Amino acid sequence: MSSIALESLETGAGTTVEFADVHRVFGSTHALDGLDLKVRPGELLALLGPSGCGKTTALRLLAGFDQPDAGSVLVDGEDVSRLPANKRDMGMVFQSYSLFPTMSAVDNVAFGLRLRGRGAGDRRKRAAELLDLVGLSEHLKKFPHQMSGGQQQRVALARALAISPRVLLLDEPLSALDAKVRAQLRDEIRRIQLELGVTTVFVTHDQEEALSMADRVGVMRDGRLEQCAAPSELYQRPETPFVAEFVGTMNRLPGSMVPGGVRLFTQVVAVDGVVPPAGSDVRALLRPEAVLVEPADGQPGHAMVTTATFFGAVTRLRMTQPDGQEILADVGSHRAADFPAGAQVLISVLDRPVLVRPESESTAATVPGRA
Amino acid sequence: MVALTPTAGAGGLAATQAGGPATSSRRRRRTGIGRGLVLLICGIYFIGPLVGAFWFSIQDKVHGGVQFSAYAHVFSAVGFSDAFMLSLKLGIGTVLISLLLMVPTMLLLHLRAPKFRPVVETLCLMPLVIPPVVLVAGVGVVLAWGPNQLAGTPLQTFLNAIQSGKTPWVLILEYVVLTLPFTYRSLDAGIRSVDIHTLTEAGLNLGAGWGTVTMRILLPSLRTSVLNAAFLSFALVFGEYTVASILQYQPFAVFIVAAGQTEGQLSTSLSLLSLLITWLLLLLISLLGGRNSTKVDI
Repeated sequence: MSSIALESLETGAGTTVEFADVHRVFGSTHALDGLDLKVRPGELLALLGPSGCGKTTALRLLAGFDQPDAGSVLVDGEDVSRLPANKRDMGMVFQSYSLFPTMSAVDNVAFGLRLRGRGAGDRRKRAAELLDLVGLSEHLKKFPHQMSGGQQQRVALARALAISPRVLLLDEPLSALDAKVRAQLRDEIRRIQLELGVTTVFVTHDQEEALSMADRVGVMRDGRLEQCAAPSELYQRPETPFVAEFVGTMNRLPGSMVPGGVRLFTQVVAVDGVVPPAGSDVRALLRPEAVLVEPADGQPGHAMVTTATFFGAVTRLRMTQPDGQEILADVGSHRAADFPAGAQVLISVLDRPVLVRPESESTAATVPGRA
Repeated sequence: MVALTPTAGAGGLAATQAGGPATSSRRRRRTGIGRGLVLLICGIYFIGPLVGAFWFSIQDKVHGGVQFSAYAHVFSAVGFSDAFMLSLKLGIGTVLISLLLMVPTMLLLHLRAPKFRPVVETLCLMPLVIPPVVLVAGVGVVLAWGPNQLAGTPLQTFLNAIQSGKTPWVLILEYVVLTLPFTYRSLDAGIRSVDIHTLTEAGLNLGAGWGTVTMRILLPSLRTSVLNAAFLSFALVFGEYTVASILQYQPFAVFIVAAGQTEGQLSTSLSLLSLLITWLLLLLISLLGGRNSTKVDI
């Protein structure tokens, strides 16, 4: 694919972005309610959250398509809140196909360079290099309607990179693509971003995308940042019940605090983080992969398998305990035959510290299907 | 249908296979005949009068047989070139003013003020429900009343200016109003079919100003609808009779009617010529609109 001298692209590696107490109100809706967020130089930060959480509003403020009602958007320390979009030097890839329909791929990519007064030969050379970078060197002359959705988004990425953006903005660029192309392009975007070192803000509602691509993921809810952390930390140590339930799938198992940890089934497991007083009732937050199951083999089981859903390498078991409490567990698909619907199972959990929440703490989040 | 379900036996499948092609062939034949009939009726309805008009225009009433003298005299008929040039001028003027007025308005409406769209749509469609004769009667009253009542004001100067000179601006301005529904509808349909919000933002994001976005991105993307609007406006103006006649101008349509009162065959041949010009315009627009790309010098 790419054999170009990437250093010649002079992207905005090293650019920092900061949202400082940013507010944006639409009618009675507080789209951003005091957003504070820093994007480090060269990192890919994903903004993740449900519809209406404010992630796209944040990106549009950064792109200059909208202005905050209060607070500042800073790029390399400079307040750009009132700077017009066409003066910001930000490359953006949009959710919908945004290629100019009357221009070929190479013309689309060269458009921003022409506006910057680059010579014709230079423009053409650079546009060709960037199309090569995204694997479309054979499609220079094609028009948008002659390309697939994935190809169009690649051209859009090349076009955004062509102007050597200070920051690359990705507004759910993969959401209109089919699963296979999405996975392919996801890897390519990450590869290119790492190679160029361009500071990138990526908005998505797809947690798999966010967790697999980003250096850090900022989970948003109701215009605020709930938590911003590395994917593994976000997954392993969610700071709020919302993050716990929104990112991945989480069991909330009832347990009681005892000296040394929390009692779950027949085990006592150490607690991660703040330890509630002994005797208090809690909910232990456990990922399905931390729940271990064995066939009961005639013994009284802890739960009964109700459904088994095949996900490829793993199969997710949905089980019901005698008190009606549901619990999810992932088992290797090679073992799935041991757990038919109606089978009694014995449950244990991985022997490692678990997060617990007071029983009284409620969550407003809706648990998505699967991580 | 039954034969396609897993429960159907082989017999059922065979029966369907035996009867299926015959049934579907009969159905296809019936559909084909139906289509042909509809096409024939439409063809007679649309082409019949044209063939009749053409036949009338080439008949030699004196000696019998056919002759093409009406067509030979078209271009030398007294007043033909003046009327034709006037219509051409009116058409081009109307198209230019309509587009200059409506393209930016429609873009602004869609990009910046969508809540005003219903208001503008209603206003633009008004000429469809107000007969031209009513419109021109109102304009006539103002033109007659204005110069006296507004004496010494810039408005009087304006009213005089649009009626005097070689170009009848009053007609062009009235035609701009009359063509508003067609211009609005064509542009609106075009804008709705293109995601102009994203294209605009993409252009701005790459560093383009509003002018560049409009001229280099939006207008080329809306080329077909702009051409359609231009064609509809031009065709309407080229064939418009009522307003021009009442305001006592003699563009092509008025000339045809006047010629028809003395020379029926000449009038008919002029009408056919007018249709031919319209068709040629339509063909031109189809050719231009059909090109799916523009050459952009990068």
